Amino acid sequence: MIEINDIYFSYNHSPVIKGITHRFEKGSFSAILGPNGSGKTTLIRLLNHILKPLSGDILLNGISLNKMTIREIAREIAYVPQFQYNVFPSTVFDTVLLGRNPYIRWSPGSGDRKITSDILEKLHLSEVALKDINQLSGGQRQRVFIARALAQQPSIIILDEPTANLDIRYQNEVLELLGKLRQAGITIIMAIHDLNQALRYCPEFLIIDDGRIVAEGGLEVFDEQLIESVYKIKVKIFRESGQIYILPR
Amino acid sequence: MIETEVLKKYNNYTRKRKSYLWIVLILMLVFAVLGISVGPSKVSMGDFLSVISGYGDETKNQIIFNLRLPRILAAILSGAALSVSGVVMQSILRNPLGSPFTLGLSNAAAFGAALAVILFGAGSTFSSNTDAVIISNPYITTISAFFWSLVASLLIIIVARKKGATPENMILTGIIASTLFTALTTGLQYIADDIQLSAIVFWTFGDLSKGGWKELLIQSLIILPVLLYFYYNRWNYNAIDSGDEAAHSLGTNTPALRLSGMIAASLATAAVVSFYGIIAFVGLVVPHIVRRIIGSNERFLIPGAALSGSAFLLGCDILARTVISPMVLPVGIITSLVGAPLFIFLLMRGIGSSQWK
Repeated sequence: MIEINDIYFSYNHSPVIKGITHRFEKGSFSAILGPNGSGKTTLIRLLNHILKPLSGDILLNGISLNKMTIREIAREIAYVPQFQYNVFPSTVFDTVLLGRNPYIRWSPGSGDRKITSDILEKLHLSEVALKDINQLSGGQRQRVFIARALAQQPSIIILDEPTANLDIRYQNEVLELLGKLRQAGITIIMAIHDLNQALRYCPEFLIIDDGRIVAEGGLEVFDEQLIESVYKIKVKIFRESGQIYILPR
Repeated sequence: MIETEVLKKYNNYTRKRKSYLWIVLILMLVFAVLGISVGPSKVSMGDFLSVISGYGDETKNQIIFNLRLPRILAAILSGAALSVSGVVMQSILRNPLGSPFTLGLSNAAAFGAALAVILFGAGSTFSSNTDAVIISNPYITTISAFFWSLVASLLIIIVARKKGATPENMILTGIIASTLFTALTTGLQYIADDIQLSAIVFWTFGDLSKGGWKELLIQSLIILPVLLYFYYNRWNYNAIDSGDEAAHSLGTNTPALRLSGMIAASLATAAVVSFYGIIAFVGLVVPHIVRRIIGSNERFLIPGAALSGSAFLLGCDILARTVISPMVLPVGIITSLVGAPLFIFLLMRGIGSSQWK
């Protein structure tokens, strides 16, 4: 469980996060939504302790992230960043093995390699285990980074736009995989732009605008007024057999 | 434990990388033995063995212990230091053009040497009968070169502390430091007299014959701990290779490692440059050649680059002593002459790590 207590953050004196309080329960699957510049990515970086809040606190199972070392945090919180081209790519196996880094003292042992190979098999990456990650398709690459996160054996996985640059088939594949991980008890928090994909796969939502939470909860929080005020466009919401869809008008 | 298909493939893959390390180690030893016998006065294997076992004659003793052995050890140490510093600089700057000289170190060292020549008369030089320029008072030159290369790194540390240790800040500061020190050296060359000028220019030629046992001792006290430090952090450098944010979330303190890696690389490089002058190319090209053969996993790349750098510099030094024998060329010239075509050959042939799995 991760708890945000009234955090504030600014880049060079311009405030980006202006008092956010929220609780992500164990095993929840939440989408952080909001327009460009609303503070989604900053919030994600704060949750991962890449950035430290100027005031307020983030508690992981009751302990402040400030009181934990970066290795201790890495054993609990894994992060899947947006796609980045690697100047010096390594193989898929080595990339996933790197997930063991927070546990390694001198060198990864046979246990670490076993964990890696099991995860590769579970995520259907065995075939490409020795390929350079730069040679993979976008969908495969995203699965490799999720595999690396799993190798950290974390209780929370945070993802920044995991479906960006993926075609619809790979988007579904990645989101379905995240749903399965959640069923295995891992807390999933992701920033995502595609409202309809979020609505389809995520049970919980956190909508932020201008550094503040404007809505939180399940599907029931969505209405046309909210979306129009946050995204500044006219939309229509369709409801069909428990599912909702948002279309621009 | 049952070995899965994936594990088998991966173990096979690592075995191949380990065999590369063994091959280069053997090559290095072969070069080292060759290096003992090659030179203006021939030393046979038998001479070497008798000297080692304490039965050699005085001349051979002198040649092996005071000339050849220190020179070979200097090549091994310097080659490893330059090459591994290159690997680490490339990784922490996330830039294929990273090298021990990216941060302006070599220019700063050259300036330090030039300053010593002009201020302390370290360069009261004369031509010996072999037509070589001799720098008298070499210690002041070395100390000054070392001091100024540390000034160059200090400049970058200050920028990193104030504005963040990002690759961009470091590379830009390095370029500015290079330009600044080059201008200062040019200024000194302009006011120098002919003898000083030749001493300044002579110093910049990388030459492994400049040192002896005392220099080697000082060098190894700096270089060996640095190499060990780099090897210890190999998995952290792998993490940095996958991006700053990813590295952080994998438990690696990227800014701290970037700064400490840079300082360590600077120390190791300064320990080579201030004793032997500028040995170009080893720190840039050897890492890339090794990357192309075994890939960029720092776990193999760091030891691979260390051994390959040593073997490469040893090989170049043997060439330097034989091409126009009995004259001995500065090894710094050979490293570029051999390194450039070798790298272009590898690039053209498309020999990449992907073909060796």
